Amino acid sequence: MSRQWQGSGKRLGPALAGAAGVLALVAAWEAYKALVPDDGWVLGEVRVLPRTTDVAMPHLWDMAARAAEPLTSAPDSPPLWLVTLQGAGFTLGVSAVGWVAGVVFGLLVAVLMARFVPARAGLLPWVVLSQTVPLIAIAPLVKRWGAQLEVGTFDWQDWMSVAVIASYLAFFPVSVGALRGFTSPDADADGVRLDLFRAYGVGWWTTFWRLRAPSSVPYLLPALRLAAANAVVGTVVAEVSTGLRGGLGRMIVEFGASASADPAKQWSPIAGAVLVGLAATGLVALVALGLRRYRVGEAA
Amino acid sequence: MTAVVVSGAGRVFDGGSDAGTVALTDVDLTVGEGELVSLIGPSGCGKSTLLRLIADLDAPTSGSVAVFGKTAERARKDQDYGIAFQQAGLLPWRSVRANVELPMQLRGGAGQRGKSGQPNKAERAARSAELLALVGLTDFADHRPHQLSGGMQQRVAIARALARSPRLLLMDEPFGALDEMTRERLQDELLRIRATTGAAVVFVTHSIAEAVYLSDCVVVMSPRPGRVVATLDVPLGTPADRAARGIGLREDPAYFERVSAVREALHSGDAASDRVPT
Ligand SMILES: Nc1ncnc2c1ncn2[C@@H]1O[C@H](COP(=O)(O)OP(=O)(O)O)[C@@H](O)[C@H]1O
Ligand SMILES: [Mg+2]
Repeated sequence: MSRQWQGSGKRLGPALAGAAGVLALVAAWEAYKALVPDDGWVLGEVRVLPRTTDVAMPHLWDMAARAAEPLTSAPDSPPLWLVTLQGAGFTLGVSAVGWVAGVVFGLLVAVLMARFVPARAGLLPWVVLSQTVPLIAIAPLVKRWGAQLEVGTFDWQDWMSVAVIASYLAFFPVSVGALRGFTSPDADADGVRLDLFRAYGVGWWTTFWRLRAPSSVPYLLPALRLAAANAVVGTVVAEVSTGLRGGLGRMIVEFGASASADPAKQWSPIAGAVLVGLAATGLVALVALGLRRYRVGEAA
Repeated sequence: MTAVVVSGAGRVFDGGSDAGTVALTDVDLTVGEGELVSLIGPSGCGKSTLLRLIADLDAPTSGSVAVFGKTAERARKDQDYGIAFQQAGLLPWRSVRANVELPMQLRGGAGQRGKSGQPNKAERAARSAELLALVGLTDFADHRPHQLSGGMQQRVAIARALARSPRLLLMDEPFGALDEMTRERLQDELLRIRATTGAAVVFVTHSIAEAVYLSDCVVVMSPRPGRVVATLDVPLGTPADRAARGIGLREDPAYFERVSAVREALHSGDAASDRVPT
């Protein structure tokens, strides 16, 4: 009985903490707006706290009200929230494609590094270096390369360039985390499990599927979560820098341009980006649920 | 046929710039069919190294190892032995039953495949049920390893080592991490298992009492460099007799006499190695 209580408490805990976090954020936003003067705080020449005018920081209820209104003044214009949701769906889809591609690529790199020790020494520095290339710089390049690609009837779409950039950011934590996981049996319990598999006379791949891959799950899951966050950020930023239409990135830029006239509008796609992040986290949580058998640590 | 023949085996570990560690030098060891031989000695004397040479988890730098008349490598690939370590090393994502079945699921080397193939699912289930009954864990078949105590985990590891009905069992301090009570219970269990299976056992321990209680023969080793200093027979009856006598045997004067003999051999081995100039 008490166990069950504990169990449901455990599951409810994060949800309650999340709701409390959102409430705290709402309270902080409105409190800041109420307490700090419109022009922010200026010390000498320097503004140390930002302005709190309705243009810079609209009230949360103004944002909500704006979301309910039509996108433009055109007679058949759909409501802003619907357009935002559609954009969020688009961005989530591209992020998901980028995430899957990045995870697959990251796992392949990790397997290669786990299998061939020289490959590890040769590849790992490049994996790390790959992440120091600024995203803004490579986005237009990828778009241009993609445009030149033509294989039979296959036509490279602009959204694929964005997905490639998302996957580029997603693969990094996966390859590093999976490598740590795949090599964890070398140190676990003095390598006893590896000795056992050797005693069974089986080869590297059998040992990989039966021991290294399942052992990697506790290391892999945080990496998958990080990869999801990276894929979403990568998608939004790449949408901006390649000018791709349909997603939240472009919307944030477009609505931002008219912010002085319609300050609450751009906050809808920003909220949409938060939603996309939550959805991505939720999807990874589903993956984690499917892999829960492999998450049990060893007791004693 | 003899289970294990080690002749003139040595193992030197490369120590980078210096001369390296001489873990074993000129070791001879014979383990007959169905015989239980204990390797005893202070830690660092090369017991584990010797066991790993027999298991082909490591290769000797000199001398040779034969298991059932084959090379150690062939015997390993044919899964001719079962092995258990101080750490149970169970797979935490598998049930107790699935852990016991693991060696039966994995394909051995080419020789194994040619001979009899793999046991099918029903055969595996029957065998794991039999083994879990043997180690008294029938009720825990569907538990996961983290739900078991250390002693129970070790019993699962022993059941797993027996999965393929090996005629040789290699055990490296399998009870080393357990409390004294659990330890004595598992010793009796091992005697019973031996009586049932008739497997030869190479048993590494640093407990004199354990070595005498279990073994037909105790091999005393000394460190720096690791070598065999004495081989003592322990004529205390068959495994079935011993298991039946239990505490009675542990209090028998003949048992104490053997314990003293092993202790003396251990200490003279120490003295001998102290005399070796360094
Ligand atoms: N992989 C290894 N590399 C280097 N030295 C080792 C290795 N394994 C064991 N040794 C050394 O060999 C000696 C014997 O070790 P071991 O066989 O583990 O002893 P025991 O099991 O009797 O305690 C020790 O001095 C140990 O440091
Ligand atoms: Mg040892």
